[in-house]
Amino acid sequence: MDTQIISLILLAPLVGAILVALVPDRGKLPAWVALATTVVTFLFTLHLPAHFHYGQAGFQFESDCLWLPSPAIHYHVGVDGLSLWLIVLAGLLGPIGVLASWNSIRDRRKTFYSLFLIQQTAMIGVFVALDLMLYYGFWELSLIPMAILIAMYGRTQSDPGGPKAALRFFLFTFIPSAPLLVALLWLYAKTHTFDFTTLQQAIASGTIPAGPLCWLSLAFLFAFAVKVPVFPLHGWLTDVFAEAPVAMAMVVAGKLGLYSLIRFHVGLFPVQARAAAPWLLVLAVIGILYGALLALVQKDFWRLLAYGTLSSLSFCVLGIYGFTLSGLDGSVYQTLNEGIIGAALFVLFGLIYERFGTSQISVYGGLASKTPALAATFTIASLALIGLPMLNGFVGEFLVLSSTFAGASRTLAVIATAGVILSAAYMLQLIQRVFLGPISDIASNLEDHDRDFDLDFRERLVLWPLAVLMLVMGLAPALWLRAIEPAVQPASLPAQVHAARPTPPVSAQLVVSGGQQ
Amino acid sequence: MTLSLWLIPLLPLAGFLVNGLVGSRLPKALVTTVALAAPLAAFLVVVRAALAVANHSVALPYSESCPIGWINAGPIHIDFTFALDQLSLIMLLVVTGVGFLIHIYSAGYMAHEDGYWRYFAYLNLFLFFMTVLVLAENALLMFVGWEGVGLASYLLIGFYFSKTSAANAGRKAFVVNRIGDFGFLIAIFLLLANFGTVSFSGLAAALTANPGTSVALLTTISLCLLVGATGKSAQIPLYIWLPDAMEGPTPVSALIHAATMVTAGVYMVARTHFLFDRAPLALTVVAVVGAATAIFAATIGLVQTDIKRVLAYSTVSQLGYMFLGCGVAAYSAAIFHLVTHAFFKALLFLAAGSVIHGLSGEQDLRKMGGLRKKLPVTFWTMSAGVFAIAGFPLLSGFFSKDAILAAAFNQGTFGKGLYVVGLITALLTSFYMFRLWYLAFFGESRSDDHSHHPHESPWSMLGPLVILAILSVFGGWMGAGEGLGRFGAFLAPVLTPLHPAEPVEASLEYALMGVAVAVALLGWFLAHRFYGSKNDRARALAASAPGVYNLLSGKYYIDELYNRLLVQPVLFISRYILGWIVEGAIVRGSVWVAAGLINLLGEFLRRWQSGNIRSYAGWLVTAAALLLFAVLGVTLGAAGITVHFNWVGH
Repeated sequence: MDTQIISLILLAPLVGAILVALVPDRGKLPAWVALATTVVTFLFTLHLPAHFHYGQAGFQFESDCLWLPSPAIHYHVGVDGLSLWLIVLAGLLGPIGVLASWNSIRDRRKTFYSLFLIQQTAMIGVFVALDLMLYYGFWELSLIPMAILIAMYGRTQSDPGGPKAALRFFLFTFIPSAPLLVALLWLYAKTHTFDFTTLQQAIASGTIPAGPLCWLSLAFLFAFAVKVPVFPLHGWLTDVFAEAPVAMAMVVAGKLGLYSLIRFHVGLFPVQARAAAPWLLVLAVIGILYGALLALVQKDFWRLLAYGTLSSLSFCVLGIYGFTLSGLDGSVYQTLNEGIIGAALFVLFGLIYERFGTSQISVYGGLASKTPALAATFTIASLALIGLPMLNGFVGEFLVLSSTFAGASRTLAVIATAGVILSAAYMLQLIQRVFLGPISDIASNLEDHDRDFDLDFRERLVLWPLAVLMLVMGLAPALWLRAIEPAVQPASLPAQVHAARPTPPVSAQLVVSGGQQ
Repeated sequence: MTLSLWLIPLLPLAGFLVNGLVGSRLPKALVTTVALAAPLAAFLVVVRAALAVANHSVALPYSESCPIGWINAGPIHIDFTFALDQLSLIMLLVVTGVGFLIHIYSAGYMAHEDGYWRYFAYLNLFLFFMTVLVLAENALLMFVGWEGVGLASYLLIGFYFSKTSAANAGRKAFVVNRIGDFGFLIAIFLLLANFGTVSFSGLAAALTANPGTSVALLTTISLCLLVGATGKSAQIPLYIWLPDAMEGPTPVSALIHAATMVTAGVYMVARTHFLFDRAPLALTVVAVVGAATAIFAATIGLVQTDIKRVLAYSTVSQLGYMFLGCGVAAYSAAIFHLVTHAFFKALLFLAAGSVIHGLSGEQDLRKMGGLRKKLPVTFWTMSAGVFAIAGFPLLSGFFSKDAILAAAFNQGTFGKGLYVVGLITALLTSFYMFRLWYLAFFGESRSDDHSHHPHESPWSMLGPLVILAILSVFGGWMGAGEGLGRFGAFLAPVLTPLHPAEPVEASLEYALMGVAVAVALLGWFLAHRFYGSKNDRARALAASAPGVYNLLSGKYYIDELYNRLLVQPVLFISRYILGWIVEGAIVRGSVWVAAGLINLLGEFLRRWQSGNIRSYAGWLVTAAALLLFAVLGVTLGAAGITVHFNWVGH
């Protein structure tokens, strides 16, 4: 089972996509099929942490076979502590995405859920692919459904909201993909392999001269930094957040880019990544403050969330390029946090938008007395976002900030910590303007309806597990960190140690763990 | 024996969970039972621990750890460890004891409010975080409690959330506290980076082992901690949130914004005094901040007309005394004042709450008067509080304030300056407290509303008042005598400074006491002159110096100053410089350049593509299907046809 589980995880959503395409478009049937598929996929992903060998570096559940002989593309997949929880997170966000779209997607359900499921496969594929061409395939595959869905299901009625945002997203993510592809092909031409570990060793042993390596690493960095996004490459984020369907928007930023940065930028080009680190650290700190400051003055809550996301994703970047073990731990952890908190906030904003039809913050107010459960859940998610201790956001931020302080730069760490003040300011201001204060017209209109506007069963089913997860991840981070730490350990070591040894310890363990499977 | 310290925070947490999750559906009596049982049970656990300490059946310091650590990442190891020593024991007795009394009082005060369950859920949540703060054996766990009490405070200040002023006040409290927390966090980073630990015992041991630790480093750490303390304990420059926090229900003001949470900064300085002891400059700053806050807030308190605001500024001022005590390394005296202040300030707030309750919500002193006869129990208990805070002989405030002033006097010329400031503050304190006393309880009623008749509060509210009044009157005796008597001796193992001061000579001590009593009497006399009978003296004095009067009643316009100098510029920069110029022109503008290039490419592509997004989707599905079959074939091929599908069963 262990060698096939990843293939199963990848296949399940694709099979589901075909099923959705085949079933008649009657009522919610496509949604039910999609829900069943994503639940099954999620259960499959849970197999990974259940059978993972903790404390062991290197890839597990590996499966490697030749796909195309020339160019030598392998179907090579595997999981290590870095990708483990991201896969589970992607699995978890599947059913949540379907449930979040339950009522908001009313037409062309078959198209929507098919593309959603393809996107699900592509996203998990990015996390498991260990062959760079395979990885690139999944990477591109993840962009296309996203762009199409944004174009088709754009939220604002104003012409041309959706297509314009989709074009922007497409421009931003496809342009950097081109140099990434060129870089991959160049590497293949030099080494005749797309295999991640082989390439890692080849680069570490100095097969490739420093000059080209520098350009290669920049091509990788650029593609990933746009996807994260890193300041100032976030130009696509606000429009996409404002337009994309909730299920898409909650996965579009963060995870894929940050994972790729750690695995392929830092992992393949440790020396170049270190050279680029000072720039990235500064950009990350600017991103933290810039995002928070702009979030403070937004009038539209999707845009506020976009800038807030930019701010909290920049914490992850800060942790990666500090190259300390605890900082990398914190980064990966914060990536997970961002996935969970972001998903919860997207669902919450989505259902507020669904009920009231506007994202203008100023028309809201006093909702808490009408929708107490919604207000309470929103408050918990907001507190997690602003890093209240005992909730998950704090652990990630603390690890990143304290290790940046001890390792990379005290000044930058102090400036970044000021972001903690601003995050409280913009989030609490939002809570106040939406939920507190005198009852606004929009909230008093609720009395005219018979319907209960508070969270319904479906919404509780989506949100409460996320809230519980925020609490558990804040209290017992060890459950997650014990897998993450061994995986990011090599990245925290000085690069020259890597290069000096003929066979790095990581790959040695890899062979052993591969053999056990 | 084991003390089960973990029960102390977890019991209120359980109360919070029950009332928070299902409280809205429970009958009121059950909500009350759960809400009151939790702090009572926690108090009993503390009492049991205190008895065990008294019998010597447990040795202090005593600690309990959760077997699973909290954060373990790289070099960072942080555990859930609770520690009990003399200092935390005293704090716990105050927090759970006074906390329990205020819970009882709340049951009466809040009986007719909507959201009764929500109120008690928040109050229990506060006790959870406050006891975590006190019990924490390391700085990060203390930070958990530190931010957590801030959260509870935010929720309770904004309890009447449909009032804009309450919602604003809650947010202001949280954000201003976050500025302080920023300092606390930096201090934690400094400790981790330089000592590799945040455990208090570990740090103390590390400093004892390395006497040569850089004073500059310790000063920086101490000053960062002080920034945190000024936020939570409402000292200059971060005191501005506390007066606004009076928007919360009055029992909340008593518990959180007078007796317990706001003293967390003092507790923190005392807890980390081994750092401050080695950083004389930081100690000086603590003393100056404390003295300046004490006199500054007292002057504002002179002219406030809202009964709760007078008490709020009084709290800020009294907290200043505690910082002054810490700053002259008289930690035990500061903690002593913390304890007596918890008694008499909780009493004053609760009595004020009883007045407000009796007057159906009236808080304006100008509309009170003549309540002595109508609210007799409230009057007598409040009188105990007023005389105690004013420092009348043999009452609790007398002993503790005197201990701080004597310690300051003993610290050379600089200390004598602080002493004078403290003495003037004592005069002001006595004056504004008696002003409140006269305005509320004496003379004729000045209420415009004659339909409501003031009524005495129920016994669920008066009971706690009486107990707190007894504590305010007699509570000082535990610290009477040389070196704070039994209280000082009990705390000595934890709070003896690195360089203990010479004890104050008995004759000097008596002289200082005499001066303090004279000052308290003078304050009473002045208040009597102005407010004891119907006269125009107060108004005439205000009219004679309108500038000063407006400055004081406008609270020195500090809020307006901060708004102009900090808030507005930040918003301006965000909105215009960042929002319009950087974001609008540069970040987003650059895309249109790229878009132009792509449009060219698009023109080229359009010649052989339909441009229809549905056909792209069709292509995509086809491609995905092909990919699926390829993967399927490869996977099955790899698994081997002979074993195919066997793995599905495993």
